[in-house]
Amino acid sequence: MATTEETPTRKIQVKRFKPEEYPEKHYLNQEKGLWAWLTTVDHKKIGLMYLMSVAFFFLVGGVLALLLRTELLTPARNFMTADVYNQVFTLHGAIMIFFFLIPSVPAALGNFVLPLQLGAKDVAFPRLNLASFYIYVIGALFTITAIFTGGIDTGWTFYTPYSSTTGGSVAMMTLGVFILGFSSILTGLNFIVTIHKLRSPGITWNKLPLNLWGLYATSLIQILATPVLAITLLLLTMERVLSIGIFDPALGGDPVLYQHFFWFYSHPAVYIMIVPGFGIVSEIISTFSKKVIFGYWAIALSSLAIAFIGFLVWGHHMFTAGQSSLANMVFSFLTFLVGIPTGIKIFNWLATMYKGSIDLKTPMVYILVFLFLFTIGGFTGIMLGALSVDVHLHDTYYVVAHFHYVMMGGMVMAFLGGLHYWWPKMFGKMYSEFWGKIAAGIIFVGFNMTFLPQFIMGSQGMPRRYYNYIDQFQAFHQFSTIGAYIMGVGFVIIAAYLLHSLLRGEKASSNPWGSRALEWQTSSPPDLHNFKHTPVIINGPYDYHKPMSEFQLGIATPHNGHGHHEEEGMDVAETEKEKA
Amino acid sequence: MSGTSATIEKRLDHLQHHFIDSDQQFESAKLGMWIFLATEILFFGGLFAAYIVYRSWYPELYIQASTELNTFWGAINTGVLIGSSLTVAMAIRSAQLNQIKGLIYNLYITIALAFVFMVIKYFEYTHKFHLGIYPGEYYTFEGIAHEKANIFFSIYYMMTGVHGLHVLIGIGLMIWLVFKAKKGAFHSGYYTPVEITGLYWHLVDIIWIFLFPLLYLID
Repeated sequence: MATTEETPTRKIQVKRFKPEEYPEKHYLNQEKGLWAWLTTVDHKKIGLMYLMSVAFFFLVGGVLALLLRTELLTPARNFMTADVYNQVFTLHGAIMIFFFLIPSVPAALGNFVLPLQLGAKDVAFPRLNLASFYIYVIGALFTITAIFTGGIDTGWTFYTPYSSTTGGSVAMMTLGVFILGFSSILTGLNFIVTIHKLRSPGITWNKLPLNLWGLYATSLIQILATPVLAITLLLLTMERVLSIGIFDPALGGDPVLYQHFFWFYSHPAVYIMIVPGFGIVSEIISTFSKKVIFGYWAIALSSLAIAFIGFLVWGHHMFTAGQSSLANMVFSFLTFLVGIPTGIKIFNWLATMYKGSIDLKTPMVYILVFLFLFTIGGFTGIMLGALSVDVHLHDTYYVVAHFHYVMMGGMVMAFLGGLHYWWPKMFGKMYSEFWGKIAAGIIFVGFNMTFLPQFIMGSQGMPRRYYNYIDQFQAFHQFSTIGAYIMGVGFVIIAAYLLHSLLRGEKASSNPWGSRALEWQTSSPPDLHNFKHTPVIINGPYDYHKPMSEFQLGIATPHNGHGHHEEEGMDVAETEKEKA
Repeated sequence: MSGTSATIEKRLDHLQHHFIDSDQQFESAKLGMWIFLATEILFFGGLFAAYIVYRSWYPELYIQASTELNTFWGAINTGVLIGSSLTVAMAIRSAQLNQIKGLIYNLYITIALAFVFMVIKYFEYTHKFHLGIYPGEYYTFEGIAHEKANIFFSIYYMMTGVHGLHVLIGIGLMIWLVFKAKKGAFHSGYYTPVEITGLYWHLVDIIWIFLFPLLYLID
């Protein structure tokens, strides 16, 4: 390769640098017009486009959920037929999982934050990043086509043989998810390369923000698990189109093989959904406790441990599907193991908060909600992983409640926490702290009202995916439905004050939370190239030993092997003048 | 390094703005390709897993059905692909040595070999269709006394079909490389697309090296 003449040991001359407060020119107004947005390769704008898309799908999935809950107000039929009900819960699951949860943190927030936290100008492959967004859009178009050309009633898991024989446009839907998978793979690939190759000088592996350890672990799962889903869905599509008979028992195939394939992806996929949430929690807890994160390596490595163990537990979805009892025992045991790294994280977060000076801003409130709800979700997961208990609880509302406590109580709360945390950085605007906390409280109450009764119903035998039920469950169902409405109100409030913040919000300073993490050391909103200079990291992202005024960033100059642009030299000179 | 500042500029115009130097860009691209290859292995891994499951259930079916595959043409195709891996490696070598003509010729040979592979595959497929060996429920061949015979061929068509698709993508990539090489985009300081396409092509080759014995040589 091109040889660069440099001495083997790079000596970095460091100059101190202070971010500009609310710059006139930033990434949002540097290039204007719709076309500039649609063709941008800037990771921040791509992140925002993802954010809008996932918000849209969250709205759609949420409305579908409210429809389901409304139908369940009474034991008999209210306003949809059983077939419509089947389609609605399938869509709710598929949209929330494939179109909201999986891209929510990695592709939307991660895209925005990852290069900023690395001090990089962009991700390693910016054009690939844009391509992965459009692949996501194409996948979404396929899915929407599927909805309007017959719908799907298989549940989001597409189990064979039902999915290979039922009517509707299952093939269109599975193709959509197949395409979506590539978007996920490309994002993961991009992130791994970026974290490996584009770290700013001074970001060693033990100064890597824990959010990036979370995204790194997530990306590993994305690239290792998603291809298996891709081939599974391709086989399923072929099963429907050509009847190849791999999964359909009527043609000599094996439906349990489908379940093995599907869960080999989809169990790790629930870690794609939750592990990046863990990363956000670590960032927010440290920032709002004004304290060094406790057990940095324990948190970092437990993310990788979860990613690893996550590949070995898929069989716990098939305890009642005729798996051998030896396999059941092994999978049950391995499932318990997931609890260990997760517990390590929870304890380290609590230890970080211990004796910290906790500032209960909205992001922190969401993280406290997260800790509470996710712990319930985690423990009920251990119960479901226990063989004998699972035989009783399998396919009941208990599973539904557990999953929502983990995914909504865990991931969505972390996502909301992260959204509020980085909102000032994204748009340079503050949101209403008062309404933020009100909404968080409403969602907390609504959430527990919705899903706590479902644990009880489930343990009493209410099966999932039924559109009617026996009278004894009516009180629980109604309580749950009212909780869902309350939650809906909470989300409407969030949408309202965030919109208000966009239009009328007061300007945010470059570092409103006093965080030591790198993304807060640049202006809000950031420059088109994130930092005006290649930053040199002297203190780690959780270094709260010194007051903020002494915490400044170094600048790499072109003369010490960093930066090749002429202007960069100029900028350095300017800052020197500024200082003088 | 040699030459005036103009040549240096020319040698650096491939460098994207967010990288510090060519090395960083090259290493990133290469790491990205290796990760992509890992996803490819897992993608094919699903098919290999299906192959293993059904083979352990119906071992005698695999042995009977595999006799329907033409080992001679399979072996020729194996040779063709291994040869194309050699020429793509030679293309990379030419780029490293700044021999742009050599690069283009080696790419032409690789593309030609890939076409030979696809043509042979085409004749193998049409021969089977002629006999009524279709995937899944369209299977009408009577020559194999086994009621699940269609499953072997479903797996055969899926594996070789997906592999063939990868060969076609490889051909497209190499045609694109030829165009870029003719425009003078590559030189000894920048040949990243050639290198990573070469990596991809080796993977396509290696997968065939597993497919050939697993499908053709088990009797």
